[in-house]
Amino acid sequence: MPRATTVAGAAKPSASRAPVRKTYKLYIGGAFPRSESGRSYAVTDSRGRFLANAAQGSRKDARDAVVAARKAFGGWSGTTAYNRGQVLYRVAEVLEGRRDQFVAEVAAAEGLAPRAAGATVDAAIDRWVWYAGWTDKLTQILGNANPVAGPYFNLSVPEPTGVVAVLAPQASSLLGLVSVVAPVLAGGSTCVVVASSARPLPAVTLGEVLATSDIPGGVINILTGAVAEIAPWLASHADVNGLDLCGTDLADAVDLERAAAGNVKRVLRPPASESDWSADPGLTRLTAWLETKTVWHPMGV
Amino acid sequence: MTSERRAFAYAPAPESRALVDIKPSYGLFVGGEFVDPADGTSFKTISPSSEEVLAEVAEAGPADVDRAVRAARRAFTGPWGRMRAAERAKYVFRLARLIQERARELAVLETLDNGKPIRESRDVDVPTAAAHFFYHAGWADKLAYAGLGPDPKPIGVAGQVIPWNFPLLMLSWKIAPALAAGNTVVLKPAETTPLTALLFAELCQQADLPPGVVNIVTGAGATGQALVEHPDVDKVAFTGSTDVGKAIARAIAGTDKRVTLELGGKAANIVFDDAPIDQAVEGIVNGIFFNQGHVCCAGSRLLVQESVYDEVLDSLRRRLGTLRLGDPMDKNTDIGAINSLAQLQRIRELTDAGEADGAERWSPPCELPEQGFWFPPTVFTGVGQSSRIAQEEIFGPVLSVLTFRTPDEAVAKANNTPYGLSAGVWTEKGSRILWMASKLRAGVVWANTFNRFDPTSPFGGYKESGFGREGGRQGMAAYLRSTDA
Repeated sequence: MPRATTVAGAAKPSASRAPVRKTYKLYIGGAFPRSESGRSYAVTDSRGRFLANAAQGSRKDARDAVVAARKAFGGWSGTTAYNRGQVLYRVAEVLEGRRDQFVAEVAAAEGLAPRAAGATVDAAIDRWVWYAGWTDKLTQILGNANPVAGPYFNLSVPEPTGVVAVLAPQASSLLGLVSVVAPVLAGGSTCVVVASSARPLPAVTLGEVLATSDIPGGVINILTGAVAEIAPWLASHADVNGLDLCGTDLADAVDLERAAAGNVKRVLRPPASESDWSADPGLTRLTAWLETKTVWHPMGV
Repeated sequence: MTSERRAFAYAPAPESRALVDIKPSYGLFVGGEFVDPADGTSFKTISPSSEEVLAEVAEAGPADVDRAVRAARRAFTGPWGRMRAAERAKYVFRLARLIQERARELAVLETLDNGKPIRESRDVDVPTAAAHFFYHAGWADKLAYAGLGPDPKPIGVAGQVIPWNFPLLMLSWKIAPALAAGNTVVLKPAETTPLTALLFAELCQQADLPPGVVNIVTGAGATGQALVEHPDVDKVAFTGSTDVGKAIARAIAGTDKRVTLELGGKAANIVFDDAPIDQAVEGIVNGIFFNQGHVCCAGSRLLVQESVYDEVLDSLRRRLGTLRLGDPMDKNTDIGAINSLAQLQRIRELTDAGEADGAERWSPPCELPEQGFWFPPTVFTGVGQSSRIAQEEIFGPVLSVLTFRTPDEAVAKANNTPYGLSAGVWTEKGSRILWMASKLRAGVVWANTFNRFDPTSPFGGYKESGFGREGGRQGMAAYLRSTDA
């Protein structure tokens, strides 16, 4: 077995002290359980050296995560947009404070030089800020009054779609992950995300950030393990309203999209190749998880 | 004192003034630092509830205004103008967080300098100011979505003049959208309430905002005039009286300056016979006695449907008997001090004119403190539509009551004013609310509520209440050049 490397930030192995290593677990309903299956798998860095064992999530873990996300939906979608914006901004604040740790983890996971890893982490922090700013503007950009031809007040507003299952990108372990989950949360939906199978460690550490950032437990749930094993259960789950296929390959995506039709899930298809996550995100990932509600009311004395 | 009033007796609950450190004197905030005015003049700011001198504040002359505008121009062509929008956003977010962090201090300072109850500065002014910065910060890197073309541009240097009724909140209404859009600003706070703006200047330093992005010049009308008329100011934003607004509109005629004006109001608060009377009375009280009636959108004309007139007036008088007037620093105080002697004299003049016009004046039993500037909550009944107290903005805790019989009559009376800032409608019937809203010539219509403010919600007037909106997507338009044309 290759010699283990550390991902614990600046802490360099020293001859006199053995570092205390972290157990990487799942993040479900605001807690950090191991997989109920008791399984784990070895995660290595880009050069094949052992980093840590990650929990290998199961069907039961996925179902638990959906239950947690559904339970959290009423509260999260019911908070004011202003409040949601502040909570997402708080994620950026906490993430910034742990920047060094993420730079080390992303560098190890993605094989980036420290400088490139730093730029990636900075972009991930700024992405939370970008989406924090959207929470209370979406309605103003996407909603509108409708001039119907009659004495009616008529208003259309976006509303969150519900529980969204997200298969996170496989290559970009932090920036890609943030780029797919933050828009779900910004719009008021809750989320079950399956992290990159080969690079799951930054996702688990992000869970620690989320757990200490005023995001209520269950609003986002993070699973690690084999995407191919977990995804079908999420795709066919009747209490999931949306499915982001970003992190699966095109061949698997077709079956998953078919399974998703069972309860008419909103589906985001995977890109032909992994996106450039440093590009301007636009609105696509926000609008994917929003419904439009139109309200009519008569006007008259 | 009636037994009813004794039932509402409270022990004193004063907020601590030790929370805030007021300096004996303040300079101007120009180019990121406090500087002395060129000609060294200053004025005193007092606490209107005690007439105690709080601090000496520099009075900016034309040379100081010029210096501030030049600092703003340098920042605009320099670091602020070159900064990526997403980076600019983070500075504005910082200001939002700093206001939240120092909220209690700001609230105490506001109440000392302005005379408004601490309950209002703590629960309304300061949190709403922070919310304005937070909301607008998010716009900085989303301007392409504001409906002003694919790449709207900042206008340049904004000269902003704000009133004394909500000093920090009006500052936030002005500075937050201006900065988010990429402008730099020179702001002149009102002469009677400069202190929270000067504390805000310290927050700009704590935020490491690049020097010159925000400049604060204190002074009176002449300072404001010098700012508005400065040739290198690209955008003028003013909140204050309609008279000064008209003078500004004249002064900038023939220039390229863009302008938004948020001026006076004489809002109708219209109560229909099916309204929940207790809620309506709360709304009437909030509408006119919030902030001592120093509110441009105050519901200063109560229009009551005749069939519920007696019921509404009885309930209103009973409620006014429970309002607590006194020390603004007391957390139980509902009505604080009138902001200045000049304003007190104006309220007295107009209320005397109301009596002379034949209206009947009523105030609850109410002891006024010896020191400071005070005016009791006052209700005028039997007010004719042409009476000065039905037509002119009093800007004090004075309610004029009129009646109506039909919705059409309510609309006609409500719109019978040169102003058009806000209106209120109280009825259980949703269709009537929407019909009334469509007929009222006012920029904001509150239904079954009053005096609600939110950074996402555009605020501003029709007619002589001004033009332009503050807040929401529409508010951003005031600080951007559209790339449509």
